[in-house]
Amino acid sequence: MTTLIPEKKYKNTQKTKDRFISIFIGFFALAWLFPIAWTIWSSLRPYNDVIANGVFSVPDTLNLDNYINAIRLMKLPMYLTNSLLITIPAVILTLGFGSLIAFVVSRYSFKFNVALLLFFTAGNLLPQQLVFIPLFKMYLSIGDFFGNRALLYDSILGVVLIHVAFQLGFATFVLSSFLKTIPKEISESAMVDGASVWVHFTKIILPLLRPPLASLAVLMSTWIYNDFFWALVLMKSDSKRPITSALARLQGEFVTDFNLLAAGAIVAALPTLIVFFVLRKQFVSGLTVGSTKG
Amino acid sequence: MTTTATNTPVRRRRSFSRKDRLTLSAFVGIPTAFHILLVWVPAIGTIGLSFTFWTGIRISDIKWAGFQNYNNIFTGTPVFWDAIWHNIIWLLWFGLIATPLGILLAYQIDRKIRGHRFYESAFFVPVVLSLAVTGIIWNFMLQPGGFVQGIMGRDISNPISIYGNYDINTYVILGIASWRHIGYIMLLYLSGLKSVDPSLKEAAAIDGATEWQTFRKVILPTMKPVNIIIIVITVIDSLRAFDIVYMIYGSSTGWPILGILVFQNISGGGMSMKGAAYAVILFALCIGPMIAYLKQSFTEDVK
Repeated sequence: MTTLIPEKKYKNTQKTKDRFISIFIGFFALAWLFPIAWTIWSSLRPYNDVIANGVFSVPDTLNLDNYINAIRLMKLPMYLTNSLLITIPAVILTLGFGSLIAFVVSRYSFKFNVALLLFFTAGNLLPQQLVFIPLFKMYLSIGDFFGNRALLYDSILGVVLIHVAFQLGFATFVLSSFLKTIPKEISESAMVDGASVWVHFTKIILPLLRPPLASLAVLMSTWIYNDFFWALVLMKSDSKRPITSALARLQGEFVTDFNLLAAGAIVAALPTLIVFFVLRKQFVSGLTVGSTKG
Repeated sequence: MTTTATNTPVRRRRSFSRKDRLTLSAFVGIPTAFHILLVWVPAIGTIGLSFTFWTGIRISDIKWAGFQNYNNIFTGTPVFWDAIWHNIIWLLWFGLIATPLGILLAYQIDRKIRGHRFYESAFFVPVVLSLAVTGIIWNFMLQPGGFVQGIMGRDISNPISIYGNYDINTYVILGIASWRHIGYIMLLYLSGLKSVDPSLKEAAAIDGATEWQTFRKVILPTMKPVNIIIIVITVIDSLRAFDIVYMIYGSSTGWPILGILVFQNISGGGMSMKGAAYAVILFALCIGPMIAYLKQSFTEDVK
């Protein structure tokens, strides 16, 4: 009986403490969201209104004019399309290549298995800047070789390929660690049945890989969509750029109408925000498979 | 002759048909060749080029330079040391403030305090935004006529310069970077915490351990793999930092940092191999954490 009392007391102080902690973190959570909320709020009112009446004035008009104008003046649909044209093929290719390597590495024991995985993972960690100069030259000469300078440099294809090459490391790493957790007996029965490697891969391994592939697809779409370094250095025509690199330039051009720019930034953020809130589970698990293994 | 030569090693492992062997080599070969060609060949190329003089136009113009580019950077370019200093401050800030805050948050949210689901999302939202968007949002907050200036009592005709003020701009940039980094660390740590056996925590609580003791003596040691990954991510991200500074200062050296110095020297009109040397220095600084990461991820496999 005597032990019950301090425990109860402990629980009560813990409860008050938790309430305090919760309020404290809650305050920060709101502060965290505030810049986004403020940007959205401001994007709903005309910039002239802010200039005339001050930042904290109560607006007399709230409308979507900034969005309509941003979409029209900044050609956002064009940039968004470019973003999709880069992101979707890049994600599909990365996951396809990644599954192939993960399959071979985890189902057939060759001497160079670990070395191969190490090599891909290390490649993923290299600074992008280390790769740029020769890559740029390579893109130009490959283009010249095929008689079309814009084959890889200043083209969507070139940006897609470098994204695939870079992200392949992470995808391979995640997929092979997943496959290692799956008993090999499943594969062995296929081999006994005399299935070819191709059938083994497409009929047995690919369906098994569905959950990590879904997570990776969500995660990589976000990363590739958000990146702006490659498009910035590998494209010179503005009309081919994805929306994130375009924003870097639009920022200078629309400096006189910040609320319009705010609307543009919100439009650019929408796809990733929607993906995050709808596919949160996949997003989180994709991010964590790679980091918590071992 | 050829068939026996290729068949013997194969039979020792498993009986692959010729078709299977072809498929397997294609499965590994194509992606690997692709990766080597686009990532490793250029990376090694850059290391080679950093020892040359070249403007990046004709291959025949490449001239051997020895260590002159590095010499020039180390002794003749004061902005390099400014950049290194900024990278170090960035690293210290992330390491001592932002990352521990992210861990603390993860720990509290993992205890399922009231509203934990909402908090988790709130802190994570900045991580899914592109740094281009983050840059615009914060430029928007800090610009003349923006929220922060308004709070400080500066209206649009009477603004102060925040990014141009050398007393505060470092903290402002690090604050913006932390806005993203804390949520990222929180989520990584949170996923690690979820895999910690809850009975461990209960046992500690029954033994009368305080929360701090539980965290230090029970949670931290069991989380060793995640701890290493998080340290490595913190270091590599601090060294590779580029996007957010670019969104604020463009390619100018308003607030020099290694990533920007590389960019300045390799893109646009004037390419010089000083840029390659900068990139190699950046890479050299990343090697340590890269090895730590690989070691952590592959210890099991190598054994």
